[in-house]
Amino acid sequence: MPKRVLLGLLLACGLTAPGLAQEPKTGGAINVVIQPEPPGLMLAMVQNGPVQMVSGNIFEGLLRYSPKLEPLPELAESWSVSEDAKTYSFKLRKGVTWHDGKPFTAADVLFSIEMLKQTHARARNNLAQVDKVEAPDDYTVVFTLKQPFGPFLGIFEVGSMPMVPKHLYEGTDWKTNPYNNAPVGTGPFMFKEWQKGSFIRLVKNPNYYEKGKPYLDEIYWQVIPDAAARSVAYETGKVDVLPGGSVENFDVPRLSKLKDTCVTGAGWEFFSPLAWLWLNNRQGPLADKRVRQAVMFAIDRDFAKDVIWNGLGKVATGPSASTIKFYTDDVPKYPYDPAKAKALLKEAGYKGEKIRLLPLAYGETWQRWGEAVKQNLQDVGMNIETIATDVAGGNQKIGDWDYDIAFTYLYQYGDPALGVGRNYVSSAIAKGQVFNNVEGYSNPEIDKLFADGAVATPDSKRKEIYEKAQKILVEDVPVAWMLELQFPTITRCKVKNLITTGIGVNDGFKDAWLDK
Amino acid sequence: MLSFVAQRAVKGVIVLLAIVVLNFFLIRLAPGDPAVVMAGEAGASDQVFVKQLREKFGLDKPLPEQLFIYVKGIVTLDLGFSFRQQEPVAKLILERLPATLLLTLTAFAISLMLGVLFGTFAARFAGTFLDTAITVFALIFYAMPIFWVALMGILLFSVTMDWLPSFGYETVGANLTGLAHVIDVAKHLVMPAMTLGLFFMATYTRMTRASMLEVQRLDFVKTARAKGLSDAVIQRRHVLRNALLPVVTLAGVHSGTLIGGAVITETVFAWPGIGRLMYDALLQRDYNLLLGVFVICSAMVLTFNLITDLVYRLVDPRIEFTT
Repeated sequence: MPKRVLLGLLLACGLTAPGLAQEPKTGGAINVVIQPEPPGLMLAMVQNGPVQMVSGNIFEGLLRYSPKLEPLPELAESWSVSEDAKTYSFKLRKGVTWHDGKPFTAADVLFSIEMLKQTHARARNNLAQVDKVEAPDDYTVVFTLKQPFGPFLGIFEVGSMPMVPKHLYEGTDWKTNPYNNAPVGTGPFMFKEWQKGSFIRLVKNPNYYEKGKPYLDEIYWQVIPDAAARSVAYETGKVDVLPGGSVENFDVPRLSKLKDTCVTGAGWEFFSPLAWLWLNNRQGPLADKRVRQAVMFAIDRDFAKDVIWNGLGKVATGPSASTIKFYTDDVPKYPYDPAKAKALLKEAGYKGEKIRLLPLAYGETWQRWGEAVKQNLQDVGMNIETIATDVAGGNQKIGDWDYDIAFTYLYQYGDPALGVGRNYVSSAIAKGQVFNNVEGYSNPEIDKLFADGAVATPDSKRKEIYEKAQKILVEDVPVAWMLELQFPTITRCKVKNLITTGIGVNDGFKDAWLDK
Repeated sequence: MLSFVAQRAVKGVIVLLAIVVLNFFLIRLAPGDPAVVMAGEAGASDQVFVKQLREKFGLDKPLPEQLFIYVKGIVTLDLGFSFRQQEPVAKLILERLPATLLLTLTAFAISLMLGVLFGTFAARFAGTFLDTAITVFALIFYAMPIFWVALMGILLFSVTMDWLPSFGYETVGANLTGLAHVIDVAKHLVMPAMTLGLFFMATYTRMTRASMLEVQRLDFVKTARAKGLSDAVIQRRHVLRNALLPVVTLAGVHSGTLIGGAVITETVFAWPGIGRLMYDALLQRDYNLLLGVFVICSAMVLTFNLITDLVYRLVDPRIEFTT
């Protein structure tokens, strides 16, 4: 058995250990908040947080990932990698059926990959290095890559590559397929009912391949659009789970103190949300590296963490979150130092030119953070004008490069090749789009390092490359990194084992049970 | 009267089309692009994906062509396809319309009945403690923002006293039927309907009071008194009936404002109506859905205004239907 497989299986066993300490009980329903209401549930067609949170129970990927981001078996029970790191073979689980009773086979995997290449932008990018995919038999899938691709084993979680039933989608118009609104997957829960604007109901899959699982009978996803109302719904006992990010952060300490309430920050390791300020490198004062460095020194990020985010999260040291692969903190440091910021601004010849700041319209916490940053920057003599927009308006401005400083936070997907490089390499500069290199930073050395890092082997070589890239970026400050965000999930303590993987509440609740 | 209604209906259709065209351009004036919003949410926004989405939504076509396609759809009663929810707009709206109608009509009924009642009492006992109490009470609800009343209501009746549910249309998972279901929905309706209704109640109270005091001074009231009619009859038959005209006018105007208020109320109370649908569509630049909601709301306002004109005639037989 290849070493990685063994490690995966051991981790899988280790993960269920807490559950073994107390025998899981079967039955019961849980009420979970979902916000905003998902636009659909067909994960292969629509990908955003709420869609995955619900559909992660209905659909499955080939793999899951531990909190340390090691691959774990899901629809694939084992996998192996060739010596030249260009061929990956997956052995699929036998006896898996779709919710309509049809068997899940390698043909579904091949079909899903072809479909996702057209409907799922992230999957398409992740699969760019794949030369061909073959199914030598019904339960084996072999990927042959054009060249080694370091993060390849990290692209198979349900949100990144959900498996789609070939027999229901092949030859149909995917966009209008009726199963988009009544999805059929292989997951532990089946779609039952969706009352738009009110709730989505999932029920236990009685034929799930892991015997005895899932433990819960039903999951109700409650749609509650107002953040204060979501807090109240929990307080009054109407919901059992507030997934990370569903209440304002300032409500977290209060809710945490309620009776029989458990809080965890776990389950965000794969996504590793990192917040930063886009700095428009193209024009105005921020085109000067010294002004960008001044921004880093001027902002009191510990204050933001302790006061605005109630001590949750971690001050970011650079472009990678500390939870993803090849992170290093051996980079230039930017402690809160207004005097140094002022000196740098003076050195750069900044004369009070107006700088436009776009806060993020994601609610009260972000608004407060915008105000705090504005104050910090004004304290060192920067002339800041806040531009108020909603999310769509803000995105348009950022995509059109019509800003000076703008808040954002992005997922990193476990590996710098998947979720970091896209924000710094010159090939990702494209007007009209958000979340790529919108700051306009261009450095041939960084381009080469990220290009090499993606295809280098073994991991020690990748580590060397990415550590070098982190040092250069932190010195250049293309954007101002703020915090590694932590979105705590709040639950009644009777809800056990809700989060068992690095994908957290987005990974399906097959291990969760109710201690009634 | 029939020709009056028919002519008003024709005018209404023209107004509706004008609203569609105006809103079509107004929405597109706002910065933000549905394709970019969706690509952003998908965690990837490469050129291929955004281009694909624009083509799918028809946003790559010239603006006049987009308008032509939309208006052509409206004329054939096709409200188009929601970009984001990938379902026909009409279906999405129809799913939500009953909840909004239940909420707004209940709020409307509460506000009008209580408003006229309190206003009548205040006028009848003008200058007394009762009048002052009612006026202050009305002023408080008139001055307080709807979302604030809503949050305070939740705090008091849900969190502290645990009398009423704080969100939703019904108890999810209870699977109630028959009378139990009706009671359950009614319990969920109390707070949103009262929140929305109290603001409008305040305006009707003040309007009824002012209008009645004015009518009370008129000569025909003196005549009625001279005839020896009882005070109750004078107030009800002579004063109130004549004082109601401005209240009816206001109520007609409010039909549109009620839907505006419903956006906030539905959001705070997680009431699954079209107010929230409109709010979400706006944030996500779901143009077709947003326009669809506007069309339906405009049609509702036009209908309410027509009903108001008909009610005028009932309240005051001297008014004739002229077109």
